[in-house]
Amino acid sequence: MNKPLRRIAIFCGLLVLTLLIRDNWLQYVQADQLKDDPKNRRVAIARYATPRGDIIVDGKAITGHATTEGDFKYKRTYKDGAMWAPVTGFVSQAYGANQLESIEDGILTGDDDRLFFRNTLDMITGEPKEGGNVVTTLNAAAQKAAYEGLAAQGGKGAVAAIEPSTGKILALASYPSYDPSTIAGSSTSDEEAWKKLQKNENPDDPMLNRALREVYPPGSTFKVVTAAAALENGLYTDADSKTNSPLPWTMPGTTTELENEGNIPCKDATLRVALQYSCNTVFGKIGSDLGNDKMLEEAKKFGFTEEQFTPVRSSASVFSDDMNQSQTALSSIGQFNTAATPLQMAMVASAVANDGELMKPYMVDELQAPNLDPVEKTEPEPMSRPLSAKNAQILQSMMETVVSDGTGQNAQINGVTVGGKTGTAQHGVDNSENPYAWFLSYAKTDEGSPVAVAVVVEDEDAVRDDISGGGLAAPIAKSVMEAVIDSKR
Amino acid sequence: MSSSTNTSTHHTSTIGAIGTPSRRNTELALLVFAVLIPVFAYANVGLAINDEVPAGLLSYGLGLGLLAGVAHLVVRKFAPYADPLMLPLATLLNGLGLVAIWRLDQSALLREINVAGGKATNQLLYTAMGIALFAVVMVFLKDHRVLQRYTYISMVGALILLLLPLVPGLGLDVFGARIWIQIGSFTIQPGEFAKIALAVFFAGYLMVKRDALALASRRFMGLYLPRGRDLGPILVVWAMSILILVFETDLGTSLLFFGMFIIMLYVATERTSWIVFGLLMSAVGAVGVASFESHIQQRIDAWLDPMREYTLSQQGVAGHSEQAMQALWAFGSGGTLGTGWGQGHSELIRFAANSDFILATFGEELGLAGVMALLLLYGLIVERGVRTALAARDPFGKLLAIGLSGAFALQVFVVAGGVMGLIPLTGMTMPFLAYGGSSVIANWALIGVLIRISDTARRPAPAPAPNPDAEMTQVVRP
Repeated sequence: MNKPLRRIAIFCGLLVLTLLIRDNWLQYVQADQLKDDPKNRRVAIARYATPRGDIIVDGKAITGHATTEGDFKYKRTYKDGAMWAPVTGFVSQAYGANQLESIEDGILTGDDDRLFFRNTLDMITGEPKEGGNVVTTLNAAAQKAAYEGLAAQGGKGAVAAIEPSTGKILALASYPSYDPSTIAGSSTSDEEAWKKLQKNENPDDPMLNRALREVYPPGSTFKVVTAAAALENGLYTDADSKTNSPLPWTMPGTTTELENEGNIPCKDATLRVALQYSCNTVFGKIGSDLGNDKMLEEAKKFGFTEEQFTPVRSSASVFSDDMNQSQTALSSIGQFNTAATPLQMAMVASAVANDGELMKPYMVDELQAPNLDPVEKTEPEPMSRPLSAKNAQILQSMMETVVSDGTGQNAQINGVTVGGKTGTAQHGVDNSENPYAWFLSYAKTDEGSPVAVAVVVEDEDAVRDDISGGGLAAPIAKSVMEAVIDSKR
Repeated sequence: MSSSTNTSTHHTSTIGAIGTPSRRNTELALLVFAVLIPVFAYANVGLAINDEVPAGLLSYGLGLGLLAGVAHLVVRKFAPYADPLMLPLATLLNGLGLVAIWRLDQSALLREINVAGGKATNQLLYTAMGIALFAVVMVFLKDHRVLQRYTYISMVGALILLLLPLVPGLGLDVFGARIWIQIGSFTIQPGEFAKIALAVFFAGYLMVKRDALALASRRFMGLYLPRGRDLGPILVVWAMSILILVFETDLGTSLLFFGMFIIMLYVATERTSWIVFGLLMSAVGAVGVASFESHIQQRIDAWLDPMREYTLSQQGVAGHSEQAMQALWAFGSGGTLGTGWGQGHSELIRFAANSDFILATFGEELGLAGVMALLLLYGLIVERGVRTALAARDPFGKLLAIGLSGAFALQVFVVAGGVMGLIPLTGMTMPFLAYGGSSVIANWALIGVLIRISDTARRPAPAPAPNPDAEMTQVVRP
């Protein structure tokens, strides 16, 4: 019987060998794939096993961490969460992450490849893994002014403020907002809070980042872009010569007369006067004279039609490329299809204030290792030149007239030169809904321009006549500019 | 000690077994390691989870050491020539199993769902009962050939054990498989005991019938075809396996018994044709049953696509389990060297994490290296068993030893293969490692029988009767 016994011995050996091979396949060949499978809960357990790094504004953390029950050890907390939500986004044990929390997740959790050497050292020395920090460009005082201004107004709205010389984003507010702390965990209260924030439960959509992700018809504020196009294309060469602007003016190819708001001196008005009184006829005709292509070209130089990555993505602002003359005329006064994010309009103001050069907007100044060593530093980067310096100065003087003598007088600041433009954009079927009140502006001191800002307020409850960019939006812009100037002193 | 008493003083050897050293001291030295390694592992778990040496370290170490010591003394007294490896190997696996069970006892998640918590203490108790049964086998089974007398009683016993889970009010349906019975608060897996009883029956039966089965056959295409009436026994065992598969819906037990019978039949008859028949019949049986038994189908589906099974279970579809995928993730997350004791998350497997799926805990915390070491330990037990079968001098001993070792090997393969996703999952447990009284007690009895056979096999043969031929074959040593 020994011959079959020896064969059985070999058979048993083969059984064990098969298991060994399978084990090698599982724990060596497929190990990493299984280990990093996002559905493998260990990935999430490891992610929440150490405190997350912080997001820093003006040298202070606007985030923190707290311990939680269960196998996830830490969760994110936020200070003034609702105010900072458009900057931070959220990170939740149950619902993942978005915006800055998601984009810089590697640094914040400490898993970024650039921290690999340090992590390896920590592993050898037995130190626990730590996350790095994200230092933002934001200005706490400006953010506070923006958010509180919107909150005082009570309607939906957004503010974006940029430092024109660098492109640093100084304020990014959206209202109504939400506190991401309430959804950071994975408990039932987090689940309830999450449900209440969803758009189908909450028509105000508080999780929408209006400063970056909502496009609004910019209304008359777009006339700044149209004026820039007129100057750049040589249609008009200075602010104070008469333009060729009949009144009334019938749009080419139609029998419709383009209306102005009230009885204002728009016939053959100079560019300065036209901007000061916000003449639809003058800027509509400029758009119509230049044509779709040239208007689009100028709008693109200001950043229209492209998504911006700050690094948080902003929606692409819209200026169409297939319009006839009358549609181009309407688009050139910020109506028809034209639509812009608040960030986009802040970029328009910032390019004018920076003598025609548009800097790429960004909100992450530096990524830090857990020991605060810099890992990556963002340098200011020119994006385009929508205007020559000379034309930019012409446009500045026009915008400054708007604030000193025109529709934007609410934004005047003592001892500071302010240029701006109001806007009131109609929307809804037959303009049935309340218009958006816009204001974009910049401040200028002896050291150049410290801030350009765009404010939009959509107030459904306000009386329609009360809404004008100068009335609702300009005071918010003013307080944001003041906050920036004060913090520079 | 005893080695000095049995060194060969004869200078002649006609039978290799003469003069075999008893190796009891080797066994004792190995046992020291088999106890110390789990004790260190236990301390390691406590340090990793609670940053302190566990309070129970001393009592645990003493308990395991005492049990191992008792087993060793019993072997030394009643089976002095026994194989020296089997006891230390079983002790080591049992000890490591205890550590893993204690480690899973520390999981709040598993305590919450009542899978863990105080289970290590229970397992230590079961181990004590297992060692007690081992000692009983050693003391009262002076010669394994005695078992031959109980061939048909074993058959009846095995059948009763196998049928118990089907008795209404006694049987327990655990996730579709009916392989448990409940008596009071105890649950017992009778299949584990049936394994031994069946091996005794097969060995006794085949020893008597092997000549008829081997010789009376016709040759056809290079294979010896058995006569029709000789097919009877294999058909009966096959039918029994199919019935287990259908009524207890347990692929593992069914495969184990049929596989064991085929192995023993092959060894008894030395006819390859039996293996071909066996493979054909098990294929027909498995495919046939799987075609109408939804539980088996589902196990196969879960094996083919564990991720789908996981998704279904997460969606709350009844009858689906995330375990298979969770086990794969545990193995993968362990990687080559593992996370270290106490630092994995195998509690995510939840139900049966410390029994059927305990290998996944080793996979995650000790890694590829640890699991390969464990598999080799099992391989060593099996090969020592086969070695015992080779050395045994009587056909009954040979058949019983190969039956038990073969069943042990098949069980390890079916369970480890199932947990690692090599074959569909079955409801059996890793011998010695897994939590569960039936398994531990039955396997200690199995090791007891193997040790008894090995003792008889290695015992110096009685001096050959003087006869003239002996002179011719003497080997003269210088």
